[in-house]
Amino acid sequence: MEGKSLEEILREHPFLEGFKSEHIRKMAEMALEVQFGRDQIIFREGQESGLFFLIVSGKVALEVSAPGRIFRVQTLEAGEELGWSSVLGEGGKHFQARSLETVRALAFEGARLRQACEQDPSFGYALMRQLLKVVAERLQATRLQLLDLYAPRAAKLI
Amino acid sequence: MSKPEGNTSGALWVRRAGLEQLIGVLKAQGYQVIGPRLGEGAIIYDPIETIQDLPSGWTEEQEAGCYRLRRRDDDALFGYNLGPQSWKKFLHPPVLRLFSTERKDGEFRILPPEEKPPRYALLGVRACELAAIQVQDRVLMGDQFVEPNYQARRAGLFIIAVECTRAAPTCFCTSMGTGPQVRGGADVILTELAEGFVARPGSERGAELLAEIEHEPATDAQCRQAAEAVAAAATQIVRHIDTRDLVRRIYEACESPHWDEVARRCLACGNCTLVCPTCFCTTVEDTSSVAGDRAERWRKWDSCFTESFSYIHGGSVRMSVRSRYRQWLTHKLASWVDQFDMFGCVGCGRCISWCPARIDLTQEVNKLVARA
Amino acid sequence: MSEVAQATLTMTRARVLAVEKETHDTFTLTVASADAEALPPFEPGQFSMLYVFGVGELPISISGDPGDPERQVYTIRSVGQATHALVSRRPGDMIGVRGPFGVPWPVKAARGKDVLVVAGGIGLAPLRPVIYHVLRNRDDYVRLLVLYGARSPRDLLYRKQLAEWGRAPDTQVLVTVDYGGLSWRGHVGVVTTLFRQVRLHPAETVAFICGPEVMMRYVVRQLEARGLAPEDIYLSMERNMKCGTGFCGHCQLGPYFVCKDGPVFSCRQMQPWMDIHEL
Repeated sequence: MEGKSLEEILREHPFLEGFKSEHIRKMAEMALEVQFGRDQIIFREGQESGLFFLIVSGKVALEVSAPGRIFRVQTLEAGEELGWSSVLGEGGKHFQARSLETVRALAFEGARLRQACEQDPSFGYALMRQLLKVVAERLQATRLQLLDLYAPRAAKLI
Repeated sequence: MSKPEGNTSGALWVRRAGLEQLIGVLKAQGYQVIGPRLGEGAIIYDPIETIQDLPSGWTEEQEAGCYRLRRRDDDALFGYNLGPQSWKKFLHPPVLRLFSTERKDGEFRILPPEEKPPRYALLGVRACELAAIQVQDRVLMGDQFVEPNYQARRAGLFIIAVECTRAAPTCFCTSMGTGPQVRGGADVILTELAEGFVARPGSERGAELLAEIEHEPATDAQCRQAAEAVAAAATQIVRHIDTRDLVRRIYEACESPHWDEVARRCLACGNCTLVCPTCFCTTVEDTSSVAGDRAERWRKWDSCFTESFSYIHGGSVRMSVRSRYRQWLTHKLASWVDQFDMFGCVGCGRCISWCPARIDLTQEVNKLVARA
Repeated sequence: MSEVAQATLTMTRARVLAVEKETHDTFTLTVASADAEALPPFEPGQFSMLYVFGVGELPISISGDPGDPERQVYTIRSVGQATHALVSRRPGDMIGVRGPFGVPWPVKAARGKDVLVVAGGIGLAPLRPVIYHVLRNRDDYVRLLVLYGARSPRDLLYRKQLAEWGRAPDTQVLVTVDYGGLSWRGHVGVVTTLFRQVRLHPAETVAFICGPEVMMRYVVRQLEARGLAPEDIYLSMERNMKCGTGFCGHCQLGPYFVCKDGPVFSCRQMQPWMDIHEL
């Protein structure tokens, strides 16, 4: 990607901000450069995808299908991560992910990340901590979304 | 305007005949005289024509949630304390038409008001009520905007204060620094003794009025008797609030469990706001004729205890009774100070007498800040 | 009482010049005075009490260009009987205008700094005059950042203008929706998720926020986490209003009357009161 080494790209990615150099190197060893074209399905709902992504450029939409409709519930952009559930390794994906435009990302196998965590607890702690932070923010934002704050409310009294 | 206070050289002695003349002179000058009279089982304020209309020989028994008229064993004209009504009934009327409009050919125009604002002379204003009028002056005329209807009724208002010579158990003017002595703000100040009144002018207009009625200079003994009677009223006061640092203490208690306790008893009936002489909240109502060619805008008293008071976007901000009682008490004794540099409460005690749940503001405040 | 204050107590009759449909439930009215005196000038963030004959008055933010005060612009969302009456006006109809009222956005305090506008839903309407002001006085400000969130793509206001503003130099306009359909290829997520896409210089930024109260609370938290001082964050608050002049008592929020101490408040002023439930 533009002639930068994997390590350089990872060092600049917000997800890894504050990570020690040795941990970034470890991530670089497990990273795979991937690219998706426009409107490509990255993973489907229920799919046992074992991949965790750090988005380097482009925009990804998380979607849910219902009979006759597709709901787009969130978009993720450069600097964000996708597929955190793969790091935990339990069950299939909750949402479908689709690239809205050309997306470049670094992909990591969930199983390999888990193994690295077990072998090096200090790396494991750093990764899990960051993941927790990201998931907490996502949860917060989702709850706000659920409040449907802009919905009109029928006036009961004038 | 000279306002001599407790100063024997300005004090006069006026008998009942003189008081009758005083009412007559005011009427002749075009004032509508408003004073206390018996009505609806209480002492209320209404237009009076002669001193025969005054509640001679009547007094009140008041306690939390209780008000009864009682006969005195004399025929004092002002031997009571305070009924449920306050002078805001006339200065900030409960129902008032703000304007009317007429629509024709796709246009509407605002019609000039039909009635001229009335000129009132208030007879029998207590010290705490004078303070309440001054509070409403600050709220309705002393801030960024001036409320024109209040201003019109306030301009040229003639005030005859009558000092209290007894205190009701519900009174706490001494805690709020508003009585029982009348300080400034009245045109004439009367203190009733057995055979007549010690009358002091409180303004030039007051002095001029007193000059037109039968009077004699008050003796030192009469002045002393009057002062002692008012001082005696102060000693009868049994309810107190400690107002030191009260604003901060009330703000800090905003999540106190004490509010839940009050909420269990409070019916949110709004009586306290109706009888309170300083409560000023209003709402507006627009009405139109069936033909749709005339519309009017009316202003009415409102109360922060109603559920719809804080309504916005399909819900009310203050849905629970707990939050509404907190709003009222906090406003009266804390936020009012931030807003208007004075307490909103004058210690008249009406809210205590007229609360059907017998909630006593002084007790609630004392309990609230004691818990802190 | 000042002459200006006196003037705001009386109603000016105004003619509706145009009614523009912004979305399925939101309309923009342009009005001008029908009386001899022109409508008085206003500052960004102020509101007027708009009167519909026989129906009543409503407080509505002025959402037009303060540099063009004779034609006043109001964006109104129809949510009930009174707002419905307003948005049903047709060009040529007469309404009453009383105002302008309220403390405006302190645009002067932001001079020489980045202006960050964060709007949620109809909250973009009282902020649009800030954007107009900054664009008219471009050299007084550094960057203009606009973050705007709406419920769905069909609820977005001023879409053409948003695109226009985004094309201006030193200006970033980011739009997001809570729910997007397939044809929406933009950002989906609450407005706080847009912060990841802007680089803020916290000591050089003044933020103006308007939207549902919950949204404003969360935006404030995000801004403070990013280093903005409470004195540099401003909010527009809303409460029930019957008079606009501090007499009806309805709009009180803690010790403040939203109509005359606000509706714009600094975070420093609002902070002690914002988190108190049912205040």
